[in-house]
Amino acid sequence: MDQILSALPQHTTTATALPDDTVWTPVGRVADIPVLGSRVIRTPDGDVALFRTADDAVFALRDRCPHKNGPLSQGIVHGRRVTCPLHNWVIELTTGEAVAPDVGNAGHIPVRVEDGAVSVALGLATAGRGGCKGACHV
Amino acid sequence: MDMHHPISSPDGQNVAQDTPRKERLVVVGNGMAGMRTVEELLAKAPGRYDITVFGAEPLPNYNRIMLSPVLAGEKTFDQIVLNSRAWYEENAITLLTGEPVERIDRAAKTVTSVGGRVVAYDRLLLATGSMPFIIPVPGSTLPGVIGFRDLADVDAMLAAAANGGRAVVIGGGLLGLEAANGLRVKGMDVTVVHLMPTLMERQLDPAAGQLLQQELERRGIAVLTGADTAEIVGSDVSGGLRAEAVRLKDGRVLPADLVVMAVGIRPNMALGKAAGLECGRGVKVDDAMRTSDPVIFAVGECVEHRGLTYGLVAPLFEMAKVLADALAGGQGGAYTGSVTSTKLKVTGVDVFSAGDFSGGAGTEEIVFRDPARGVYKRLVLKDNRLLGAVLYGDTKDGGWYFSLLKDGADVSAERDTMIFGPNFSAGGFGGADAGNPKAAVAALPDSAEICGCNGVRKGTIVKAITDKGLTSLDEVRAHTKASASCGSCTGTVEALLAVTAGDAFTAAPAVKPMCTCTHHSHDAVRAAIVAQNLRTMRDVFTALDWTTADGCASCRPALNYYLLCAWPGEYADDYQSRFINERAHANIQKDGTYSVVPRMWGGLTSASELRAIADVVDKFAIPTVKVTGGQRIDLFGVKKEDLPAVWADLNAAGMVSGHAYAKGLRTVKTCVGSEWCRFGTQDSTGLGVKLERMTWGTWTPHKVKLAVSGCPRNCAEATIKDLGVVCVDSGYELHVGGNGGLHVRACDLLVKVATEEEVLEYTGAFMQLYREEARYLERTAPWVERVGLDHITRALVDDAEGRKALHARFLFSQRFSQDDPWAERAAKGVDRHEFSLLAKVG
Repeated sequence: MDQILSALPQHTTTATALPDDTVWTPVGRVADIPVLGSRVIRTPDGDVALFRTADDAVFALRDRCPHKNGPLSQGIVHGRRVTCPLHNWVIELTTGEAVAPDVGNAGHIPVRVEDGAVSVALGLATAGRGGCKGACHV
Repeated sequence: MDMHHPISSPDGQNVAQDTPRKERLVVVGNGMAGMRTVEELLAKAPGRYDITVFGAEPLPNYNRIMLSPVLAGEKTFDQIVLNSRAWYEENAITLLTGEPVERIDRAAKTVTSVGGRVVAYDRLLLATGSMPFIIPVPGSTLPGVIGFRDLADVDAMLAAAANGGRAVVIGGGLLGLEAANGLRVKGMDVTVVHLMPTLMERQLDPAAGQLLQQELERRGIAVLTGADTAEIVGSDVSGGLRAEAVRLKDGRVLPADLVVMAVGIRPNMALGKAAGLECGRGVKVDDAMRTSDPVIFAVGECVEHRGLTYGLVAPLFEMAKVLADALAGGQGGAYTGSVTSTKLKVTGVDVFSAGDFSGGAGTEEIVFRDPARGVYKRLVLKDNRLLGAVLYGDTKDGGWYFSLLKDGADVSAERDTMIFGPNFSAGGFGGADAGNPKAAVAALPDSAEICGCNGVRKGTIVKAITDKGLTSLDEVRAHTKASASCGSCTGTVEALLAVTAGDAFTAAPAVKPMCTCTHHSHDAVRAAIVAQNLRTMRDVFTALDWTTADGCASCRPALNYYLLCAWPGEYADDYQSRFINERAHANIQKDGTYSVVPRMWGGLTSASELRAIADVVDKFAIPTVKVTGGQRIDLFGVKKEDLPAVWADLNAAGMVSGHAYAKGLRTVKTCVGSEWCRFGTQDSTGLGVKLERMTWGTWTPHKVKLAVSGCPRNCAEATIKDLGVVCVDSGYELHVGGNGGLHVRACDLLVKVATEEEVLEYTGAFMQLYREEARYLERTAPWVERVGLDHITRALVDDAEGRKALHARFLFSQRFSQDDPWAERAAKGVDRHEFSLLAKVG
């Protein structure tokens, strides 16, 4: 698997250019994450979920659904999205945004893959926002 | 044509007038042609005749062209019954089934059945149909060699297929290929032996025949063309000689556990011939369907008309109409022969042909090929009129070509674009509507034939809808017969309803797509998985045109279940398509921790189990311990990383997963029964344990809860369970389809049985029927309400063989599911990644 992955182009999964002084923390290899699955990184700021899609792209979100803090790492991955295991909110892996009609953002962390090695830029994590804060009924 | 409300006859006379005695009409043959004649007759002249119908098969009248879907498992026999016994009673028809007629005495005007019953007639109608043609090679009469003609043949094929093994189908025509597909779907290794160089050469040109052969080979059916059968080789097995192989003239020997002869049919004219009626290849009839005896008529596949015989349904129905006219005393039209069209009923293979496509002098061809999509169309024209059409892969315009062909219409105006279908032709290059069935059907002329089987044109349907205010498909079927036979025009009829009736159109219970990734319903997808032999999720996505690359959180778990159920022991479970509870083998809680429920068989536990549970609670600081409604102990607040260690300790005390997280068997709740209770009538606890031992570990569409109560006081609350057993002195009542959840539903009583063995057999069979028929995430209660208790009763109570087969399939699938998932993960390290962090940072 590693050999195959090393043939892939290097990529970072973030839309905007990152500063030159970005600190990349190595966390493991792409092969350690199941295809259409997820693994968890424990950090002082809470758990981060790493996702691997069918085409071997890797994304990182805070492991908290904006709805009721469900662990997104336990959801089902499909396309470039994950469905939260608690109440089926669907979250975009690329941005952390909840798919309409739900509103919120899980918080997104840039990922870099080089020769099958995965690193994350924890310092550039975006904050999660929104969700119903318990006022709605599920 | 409302059959149930007699009306006056066309000449205005009240046909129920007092006459000394009604004329007696005896119909020999309870098949499609005979009964269609009777239906038409009842509509035209209700009450005119005393009608007696003899049927050789012990069955009511059914839609014989639908036997192929029955063989392939896409329909049940009940779904293809045309007229139930109640219908015969309502219309005062005497129906004698399982009673072939042996002799006609034309002088005395009587018929005699094999049972010796003598019935007198004033008019006699022969509708004896046809027999499969059995090629007279050595061995052709051995047991194990059958035709494909009636329900008994289908039953024989299904019985053979239940044992797997090899089948050889002799004949690569319509019937042979439908038989081959059905047997393949049912799991046999199938070889088709065909004498001619390409398949279905009477209906398809060689190019389309090749495409068809490739498609069948892709489905795992071996095809030998140019292959001439020399002999059916028999071998001595216990019970006598039996077919074992087919030997071809070139020396090849094909081993076969079953040989199906489907090389053609021959009119069944023995009865008429013996009575001295003029016969050729069939019983000869004139244009009014009258035989050489003026009071004897014949209709359907048994007749020869103007030198031709017919084996397709549309001509039979045309004959029936003319004949009913004659019998009703009308001047009626004459039957002048039929132009026929053909469709192959193999799900997922679209083949259509009509008319003469052999080419020849003065003919021209328009051909369209798109091999990548598997589409081939060929139109044969002569003098700017359509002579023949062959469509493969895209047959939706078949009806349009067929009307052009039957009408002999001049097509010079649309010739440039007609290969692309009526949308293109009618709307020039307004391709915008090409994919819109409503626009397509609106563009058709009134003369366009919509239903090929029944010869119903658009104008007739539109008139019925407007005049009678029809708003549903069933009403259109009842009034016009359109879409009532092979069903392939159903979509067009619905579109016509929508266009004509507008908002009043009560869309047939809308077929709800599984999810937004597809337009197919759950039922359609399930049928396709089996019919098209789809073995992986990727196969399903490709074959059924999924709109997403890897489905969604809604369809993937459903597909995973359907595939697992269809191919037990073969399909590899798709881990990432399971909800987290079924991946982690525990129940996720609101804070992301899990709950753990060890199995307690029948609700029984022991001091050592309780001690082990207490130790686990202490060791892992588990915050909450709760007794569940299903008589188990639930440990709440377990950290995911701790799960394998918790399981290891529980395993060490002899406990296994309680599957409290599964769409599968959850619990069997019991009371103590006769062992302790002064009211107990049977050993309900022991029976509960046996049931749980048999059913644990199964995967089902949704969770399943069972219970056994030891007496009718029902302390185990068995009558609100998916299946509940209530013990009584004389045995066991089985109740099904109950639910104590959101919508409380009390069970329906299914049956009462005498022994524990029967309880186990019924339970296994019920579980399997639910597994095979219910939609994913549909509990038994809504399922039973949707399909009706009658359906369950027919499958489990009335059909002992079917019940045993279901039970056997259940036990077979259980061979691959009864491994403790906890032990696999605790001791063998399965899915270790699931329970460990990838990294810890900072």
